[in-house]
Amino acid sequence: MLGSPNFMTPKIDTSPVIADEIKSTTCYMCACRCGIKVYLKDGTVSYIEGNRDHPVNKGVLCAKGSAGIKQHYSPARLTKPLRRIGERGRGEFEEIEWDEALELAASWLKDIRATAPEKLALFTGRDQSQALTGWWASQFGTPNFSAHGGFCSVNMAAAGLYTFGGSFWEFGEPDWVHTKYFMLFGVAEDHASNPLKTNLGKLKKRGVKFVSINPVKTGYSAIADEWVGLRPGTDGLFVASLIHELFKADKIDLEYLIRYTNAPWLVIQDEGAADDGLIARDRDGTPLCFDQTTKSLRDATSVDVAPAAVGEFTLDDGRTAVPSFQLMAGRFLNDGYDPETVAKTCGIKADVIKRIAAELAHCAFEEEVVLDVAWTDWAGRKHDKMIGRPISMHAMRGISAHSNGFHTCRLLHVLQIILGSIDCPGGFRYKPPFPKPIPPNLKPAGKMGDVKPDTPLPGSPLGFTKGPEDLLVDGDGTPLRIDKAYSWDAPLAAHGLMHMVITNAANKDPYAIDLLFMYMANMSWNSSMNVPGIIEALTRKEDSGDYTIPKIIYSDAYFSEMVPYADLILPDTTYLERWDCISLLDRPISEPDAVADSIRQPVVAPDRDVRPFQDVMLDLGARIGLPGMTNDDGTARYPGGYSDYIVNHERQPGIGPLGGWRGKDGDQVLRGAPNPDQLDKYIENGCFWFHELDDNQKYFKHANKNYLDWAFEKGLSDRKDQIIFELYSETLQRFRLAARGHGCIVAPPQHRARIETYFDPLPFWHVPFEEDMVASDEFSLHALSQRPMAMYHSWGSQNAWLRQIHTANRLYMSAERGRQLGIDDDDWVWIKSHHGRVKAQVRLMDNVNIDTVWTWNAIGKRSGAWNLDKNAPEAKQGFLLNHIISELLPEKPGGYRFSNSDPITGQAAWYDLRVSVTKAEPHDNPRSLPEFDATTPPDGVAALRKSTVKETP
Amino acid sequence: MTSLPTQPTKKKLGLVIDLDICVGCHACAVSCKEWNTQGYSAPLSDENPYGEDPHGAWLNRIHTYEADIEGERSTVHFPRSCLHCEQPACVTVCPTGASYKREEDGIVLVNPDTCIGCKLCSWACPYGAREYDSSHGVMKKCTLCVDRIYNENLEEVDRVPACVRACPTGARAFGDLGDENSEVSKLVADRNGYGLFEEFGYKPVNQYLPPRPRRNSIVEGAPAALEPTQASKAQTKSERLFQWADRVLSR
Repeated sequence: MLGSPNFMTPKIDTSPVIADEIKSTTCYMCACRCGIKVYLKDGTVSYIEGNRDHPVNKGVLCAKGSAGIKQHYSPARLTKPLRRIGERGRGEFEEIEWDEALELAASWLKDIRATAPEKLALFTGRDQSQALTGWWASQFGTPNFSAHGGFCSVNMAAAGLYTFGGSFWEFGEPDWVHTKYFMLFGVAEDHASNPLKTNLGKLKKRGVKFVSINPVKTGYSAIADEWVGLRPGTDGLFVASLIHELFKADKIDLEYLIRYTNAPWLVIQDEGAADDGLIARDRDGTPLCFDQTTKSLRDATSVDVAPAAVGEFTLDDGRTAVPSFQLMAGRFLNDGYDPETVAKTCGIKADVIKRIAAELAHCAFEEEVVLDVAWTDWAGRKHDKMIGRPISMHAMRGISAHSNGFHTCRLLHVLQIILGSIDCPGGFRYKPPFPKPIPPNLKPAGKMGDVKPDTPLPGSPLGFTKGPEDLLVDGDGTPLRIDKAYSWDAPLAAHGLMHMVITNAANKDPYAIDLLFMYMANMSWNSSMNVPGIIEALTRKEDSGDYTIPKIIYSDAYFSEMVPYADLILPDTTYLERWDCISLLDRPISEPDAVADSIRQPVVAPDRDVRPFQDVMLDLGARIGLPGMTNDDGTARYPGGYSDYIVNHERQPGIGPLGGWRGKDGDQVLRGAPNPDQLDKYIENGCFWFHELDDNQKYFKHANKNYLDWAFEKGLSDRKDQIIFELYSETLQRFRLAARGHGCIVAPPQHRARIETYFDPLPFWHVPFEEDMVASDEFSLHALSQRPMAMYHSWGSQNAWLRQIHTANRLYMSAERGRQLGIDDDDWVWIKSHHGRVKAQVRLMDNVNIDTVWTWNAIGKRSGAWNLDKNAPEAKQGFLLNHIISELLPEKPGGYRFSNSDPITGQAAWYDLRVSVTKAEPHDNPRSLPEFDATTPPDGVAALRKSTVKETP
Repeated sequence: MTSLPTQPTKKKLGLVIDLDICVGCHACAVSCKEWNTQGYSAPLSDENPYGEDPHGAWLNRIHTYEADIEGERSTVHFPRSCLHCEQPACVTVCPTGASYKREEDGIVLVNPDTCIGCKLCSWACPYGAREYDSSHGVMKKCTLCVDRIYNENLEEVDRVPACVRACPTGARAFGDLGDENSEVSKLVADRNGYGLFEEFGYKPVNQYLPPRPRRNSIVEGAPAALEPTQASKAQTKSERLFQWADRVLSR
C-alpha cells in the first residue's frame, strides 16, 4: 500500500491561448452547409466549431463537422495529377504535372467539342457548384450533364416543384416556432441535419407532438412521441388514407383550395379526345371555372369569381367539364384508401391512421395560429392578420427513393394543401427564391438541333418539362441524353439519372460516348447500384482492345474506390483549401424569413500539388475556348479562378453567383453590378449574407403581393403572378394523352401502358416495381440502408474519428423475424435479391418493422481503398447492399429493361430492394462477401499515410 | 489513497443531459475529442486510426440500446462521461494523488505528471468513465473543459464545455448544481432529473433528465376518429359530392 498523499490542487492554466487565428468558412462534411470557425495554430487546423451567427446552424456542429480536421488531414488525400499506366481498375498510375494533365484533358475535350459535343458526359456528384458546372456543360454544348440529384431525392424536389413550387430542405421547412403538430417521414438524417436536430429539440421542449413514420426507430424516430413503423414503400398509401379520412369528414380547407389551388379549375371530360383531362381554357389560354354568382364560365384566376368546387358544367363547345376538386374528391373518397383496407398493406393498425387523421384535423381547424401582422394578397386586398393551420411535415430520401416516390411525395403535399398549411403560420414555409412558378420556367436544352459542334447549348441542360414537346428524344422517341433523362423513360427527370450513365455508356444505349468526366461521386462503389456490373462496365473492352468507354477523367480529393477506374485524375483540394459559393443560382442557404447565401474561403493553403475542381473547370474552359470563359482575344475571362468568377460572373445583367453586397459600392441587394470587394464583405460577415424579409412578406409568399413584387424586382422570380398550386397536374395529363396517341409527339408503343398508368394527373399509390416484379414469397423482406448521423457516405467511414464510432456495419433485423428464421445475434447470413447476394453479420433489434432489414450505408469499403489498411473492418466485415440492387428492372415482355427508377422522374429506387435472408453455413468464413481484389494507393498517397498519422494533432 | 476536499465543495459544476431529446448523433463526443486532443488532455491518442482495429481515448461516448420505458419499447441514446461525483471512488483509490477533486468547483481531474497509469481508478469508477491513453500511459477523463470554462480568450458565451457548445438538439446544459437557483438546478427540479445509480452512494454531480411522457395517444381535444359526414355515407357518387355543391366561396 502506497502512502496517502495529502490533498493538493496542482496549478493548471485555465486560460490557454486557443488559436493564432480564427477564420470563418462553410462546412462541407455533408450537404447541410453550416457556418464554421476554424482555429489555426502554427499553421495547422487545431479546432473547428459552429459559427453562432450563422443562419443554418446557429453555433451548433454535428459529429461530422467536428471531425472535419480528420477529413482535412486524411491520408486518403490525393497528392498530384495521375495518368493511368496499367489496365483500368489495377490502380497503376504515374504522377504528372498539372500543365500536362490539363493539356491532355483539353485535347480530349477539344476534339469532342469540334465533332460531337454529346460524347462528353459530365456528371458532378455531390457538387455544391452546379450553377458553375451546369453552365460549363451548356457552354461546352453537351446535354449530358447532371449532379447526383437523380440518385438522391429528386422525387421530393420534383413532386414539390410540380405541385406547389417548393419542397423541403433547401426549398422550405416547417414553421418551427409556431407549429403544433410535426410529422417526419422516412430517413431524413442526411439533409438539413443540424437545423432538424435543433428544432426537434425545441419542439419537444414546447410539447409539440412529433410523429415519426419510419420502418426503423433509430435516431430522430427514437425521440418521437409516436413511432409509426410502417412497411417500406407504403408511406403514400398511409398518406392517401389520411386524405381519405379528411375528405370523408369534410375536414378540408375548401376556402384555401379555392383561393390558392387549381381545385376549382374545370377539367375537360371527353373520353378519347386529344384534350381529355386537360384544363378547360378560353381562347387566350386562361383556365376556366364555373362562377356561382353569375352562373357562367369565367376566368378562374380572376379576383371576383365564386368558383364551384363540384358539379358538371357545359363548355361553350358543348362538352362537359368538372372542377378538378371533384376528380380529387372522387379519388380520395374511394374505399380503396379506407384505413381498414390499407392497414394490412402498410403493416400498421387502422385505428392509428384514423386517430392521426383526427389529430391533424383538430390541430389544423381547432388550433389555428393567428399572427397580428397585416399583409396584402396577390389581388391587392389587405388582411389585418396572418392566420395559419399549424401542421408541418418533413420528408427526404426515405419516401423519395422508391419507384412510387414521385406520387408519394405528391400525396404528402396534397395532405398539406387540403389542410391549408402551406406557407402559413405554423405550417410549411418557403425559403426564397421559392416559391417558383409551377414548374419553374426553365426547359431542358439539348433537343434535336440544339447540339452542334463548337456551339453552346441554347439553355441549361437541366430544367422542367411541361409536356411531350419538351422531351429530349429524337423522331423515334429514342433518348438524346446518355442517362435517358427527359425521355419517355423519365420525362420529368429534373436532376438527371447519374446512376444510369455508366451502364448506358457501356451498353452504347442510346449511343456511345467518348469521355466520361466525373467529380466527387464514388460511382464504382457506394454511389452505384450493382457494383460488380458497374465495374465490368467501366472495364469493358471492344474487340479492338479499346475500352468501350474510351476515356474517363475523375476529380476527387481522395483515393476513393472510383480512382483506379479513371484514366486521368485531377486531384481536388479539401473544403478548407478552396473558394466556393453556396449560390442563389444553385442551392442557397435561405431561411423562411430571409434570403441568404454563403461562401467558403481557403483557410489553409494546400500542402500537396492539388487544385480546386472549380478552378480547374474554368482553366479547362479557357484552354478549349468556351465562350463564357474566354475573352474575345482568346485569353481567360476569369484568370483569378473561381473567386474571380464568383465576383465577376453575371448570369443576367446585375445577377451573379452571390446576392450580397452587390453594386460598385456594395450597397445593393441581389441585383447590382459586380463589386470587387464582395468577398471581403462576406469574410467580414462570417462568410455568409443574410437579408431579412419584411414582416408582411414572410408568409403566404405564393400569394403575397409584397413578396411576389419584391422577388420579381430582385430577379428571384420571373413573374409577379400568384403561384397557384397544381393539385391536379395538367403536365402529367399531357404526357398521358401522348401515350394515347394524341399530339405531334406520341409515346412509342412500348412506353404507352407505362405512361398511361403512372402519369395520372392526381396522385395515387402503387406497389413499388421490384415488389411487383419479383416473387414476394421468395423475397419477402424489404432491405434498406440509412446514413448514420455521424457519417456522410464514404467520406465519413474513412475518417479517423468517425470510423471509431461506426467501424463495420451489421444487418439489423427484427428479433421476432430472426427467431422465425432461426437467426441469432452475431450470425452470418446471406442476403439475397433477384440480382445477387451478399454476406453480412446480423444484429437483432425490436424497434424495426418486422418485414424490414436494414444497415448503415457506405461503411463497407473495398480493401485498400481510401488508404485504409487492407484488413480494415470496413472491408472485412463491412458490406454494401449496393451489390444486390440492380440498376435495371427485370426484363418485361418485349425485351426492354427500364431502369430501377421512378417512372416519372427517374429517381433511383434504392429502397425498393426485396431480399431473403438465410443463415450462412457455420463453417463459412466469418467475413462479408463478395470480396473484391484489394486496391493499392498511388505512391504519393501511400506516403501521406505515414506522415499524416505521425504529424496530425 | 488520495484524500478528498475536507468539506463537500460548495460549487458543483456539472452537466445536465436531457434523454428526452438526445438523438444519439455523437456531436458531443466528437467535439469533445476535438477540443481535448489539443487542450488540457492533449493529445487524446488514436491507435491504428487507419488500421485494422481503430480505437482511441474518448472522454465522452454515446451508447444506443433498446429498453422498456413506461410500457413502451424505447430506443435510448445515452451519453456517458465522468459524472464528477461528490464521493469519487476514482480519487480515493488513486495511489499517487494524480486523481483529485478540485475544491473550488468540484471538477475531478487527473494530473498527468503524477499519474502512473496503474488503472486502479478505472476499476474503481462504477460508471466506466475513465479512459486509459495507452500511447502516453496515463488516464484521461472529462475535465468539464476546465481550459474552456474559465478561458478569458473565449467569449463569455463560449465558456462552456465543448460538448455543450456543439450539441445540436440542446440536450446538454452546464452549470453549478451546488446552487439550487442555477438554471441547471431548476431544470433538474422541473424535470425530475436523477443521478446515475445514486444507490451506489458516489453522489454523481451530473444529472440526467428522463424522457418526457410520450404523447402517443390522442392529442387533447381530438376525437379518436373523424366522423364521416352524412353525405359521404351516401350511395351514389353525386350524392357524396353534394356536400360541397352549395358552398359559395370566393377567391
